Amino acid sequence: MTYSTEQKRKELEKYFEEKSSFNILRVAQMKRDWKKANRRELTWWESTYIPTVAGGIWTTSTHFFRNLFFHIMHLFGLYKNVSAAVTYQYPEQKRPLAKRLRTRHRLMKREDGSPRCVACMMCETVCPARCIEITAAEHPNPNIEKYPAEFKLDLGKCVYCGFCVEVCPEDAIRMDTGKLDTAEYSRQSMIYDKKRLMEE
Amino acid sequence: MPKLTIDGKEIEVPAGTTIIQAAEKLGINIPRYCYHPALPVSGNCRICLVEVEKQPKLQIACYTPVAEGMVVKTTSQKTLDTRKTVLEFLLVNHPVDCPVCDQAGECKLQDYYMEHGQYNSRLVDVKVKKHKKAVSIGPTVMLDQERCILCTRCVRYTDSITKTNELGVFNRGDHSELDVVPGMQLDNKYSGNVVDICPVGALTDKDFRFKCRVWYLGQTKSVCPGCSMGCNSEIHWDKQRPRVEKTARVMRLKPRLNPEVNNYWLCDEGRYSYKSIDENRVLYPQMNNELVSWEKAIDAVASAIKNSPASKVGIISSAQLTNEDLYAVRKLFKDTLKISNVDFQVAQKPGYSDDFLIKADKNPNTAGAKLILQSLSGQDATQILEKAKRGEIEVLYVFGHDLIALYGKPMVMEIVKHVKTIIWQGTTVNETCSYAHIILPSAVYAEKDGTFTNVQKRVQRIWQAFLPLAEAKADWNILNMIAKKLGHDLKMESSEGLFCEMTSAVPAFSEMTYEKIGEQGMIVKS
Ligand code: SF4
Ligand code: SF4
Ligand code: SF4
Ligand code: FES
Repeated sequence: MTYSTEQKRKELEKYFEEKSSFNILRVAQMKRDWKKANRRELTWWESTYIPTVAGGIWTTSTHFFRNLFFHIMHLFGLYKNVSAAVTYQYPEQKRPLAKRLRTRHRLMKREDGSPRCVACMMCETVCPARCIEITAAEHPNPNIEKYPAEFKLDLGKCVYCGFCVEVCPEDAIRMDTGKLDTAEYSRQSMIYDKKRLMEE
Repeated sequence: MPKLTIDGKEIEVPAGTTIIQAAEKLGINIPRYCYHPALPVSGNCRICLVEVEKQPKLQIACYTPVAEGMVVKTTSQKTLDTRKTVLEFLLVNHPVDCPVCDQAGECKLQDYYMEHGQYNSRLVDVKVKKHKKAVSIGPTVMLDQERCILCTRCVRYTDSITKTNELGVFNRGDHSELDVVPGMQLDNKYSGNVVDICPVGALTDKDFRFKCRVWYLGQTKSVCPGCSMGCNSEIHWDKQRPRVEKTARVMRLKPRLNPEVNNYWLCDEGRYSYKSIDENRVLYPQMNNELVSWEKAIDAVASAIKNSPASKVGIISSAQLTNEDLYAVRKLFKDTLKISNVDFQVAQKPGYSDDFLIKADKNPNTAGAKLILQSLSGQDATQILEKAKRGEIEVLYVFGHDLIALYGKPMVMEIVKHVKTIIWQGTTVNETCSYAHIILPSAVYAEKDGTFTNVQKRVQRIWQAFLPLAEAKADWNILNMIAKKLGHDLKMESSEGLFCEMTSAVPAFSEMTYEKIGEQGMIVKS
């Protein structure tokens, strides 16, 4: 009976943290968004996996024998105009990329090393995957006025469309790092923050 | 009554009407910056120039009175060309820093440029730099002189509406700057309105600055619950932001036009009162300091009410509730359970008031509560509390009041000692609720439909903007659950249904419907 309001609030907060790592607003939103996906049952014939395995072997062998044939022919100087598949020893050996290829993003810097981005949220607005999340803040310099206190880009969601680059009025975001091997152990670490986006 | 023709359409308007107003009646929107219907006309921006037949020069629509037989052309080539040129002039020294400007998306410079400008800049000289960029000019507003187009709307506002005269235009020619009067700050009870009337991003709201882009906002019409004036407002809430970590839903409040109540204005206190919608909310039903399910809580409430005689139940209702909620209180407790200790008037000290908008009574629905509840009881809530103190009350049902703040801790401790069950139903955590045995979370005004009755006895609608937070429910909904548990099916299924029923039960509301009340409200029958 002698609970203080403060105590009660703290308990409530703890309760929410335990109950879910999400924000409650988000959970409410998700509950509304849930959809049930109905999967088709496999037929008996399909569940033996014979047609699928046979199909797979067929595809692999056609490629193998086709490539084998053309590579041997190339040795004799024949069929030079028909290309055959080659293997790159990735990751030691990297495939040359076209210059205009859209690769992992980077945030550009001003001369003093601070981000060029002014947190206008054009990219956040245009992004079809909704993977950019910017928190704007007041910059001490009134001639800059606004800057991104946080800039998060979820590469797990990004579809590499390049709209963000196209729309940016400050040329503050570019997709020219040449990096395509974004691999992480968790979805959480696929979310790149301002610091990581400015590293290169 | 002169008759004139605008763009080929004829109209008859009272003498003294200006062209811009006459055009508005025809649904023709003439561009404007300095003209504002609630302010004296200044006629300095020239964007509203229109062609009037038989006059050699174009005339400003906002200041030219109509005359018999006038023929106005608002879309002639000459008018359109002039608009474009005027816009070019207005933008000559403008920094065009839309990416960092909070007004972007609702800026008239952007709008008219897209509609009437679309020229390529011909400026070869450097732009004139003004002195103040992003400078605070008071507790609520930031000024950017470079973005200002010197329309003087804000100056005329502080001159004729608040009569505080904090703002002015200083220097001459292209050195003119808008600024606060030396030694002064834009600090009055209605300062936030200058941000709304500024057609560009020169004046921005400190509270809203950089929080959210305006195009992410959802807009829901509402009424400010800050005082009994019931100013019409619009709740702007974060609707489309894909952000994951949301901490607040409501981003800002804006005034909504109602000539009978608040016109175009809102007081600062009301404008920034929206924070209570998301902060410190009661989220889950609780019993003896434990979070419980709704069923358990409602069970406990119902059995507490059932197990004590009607004379020993006290209901402290509240003028913060909507008419519908109050009617549900009356229907359940007074009409069905025959409880006589029902009232809402607590010993609240009157707050600040003035002769413009702010009223001393800080409840949005005192008039409605009087009409719905008081016609039935001679009780005062303080009397009920006195009874509780003497041990004559077993169950005390409090609607959101902070009794400790109102009556002091000793009194409440005394009540806690004598009352078997205290039920507290409200939206926001306060000190009193920690002494309640059962806490029921209810929805705030932005989370439900309903009506408030303001001090003019005008019934005004509020609309639901979003779902209640966590497990909160609308007050009438909670009362309906209690009624069901007690074995009474009162059919309180929607706020509109309740309102319909109320119109026949309370004569003052007769013949009203949600549709008739509409957006501008309706005065009750006396
Ligand atoms: S590339 Fe496309 S999907 Fe990825 S962040 Fe940019 S706009 Fe979004
Ligand atoms: S569009 Fe460019 S400047 Fe704007 S927020 Fe995105 S990266 Fe920053
Ligand atoms: S600050 Fe805004 S309202 Fe005031 S004169 Fe400048 S443009 Fe007009
Ligand atoms: S609106 Fe008419 S001159 Fe400004």
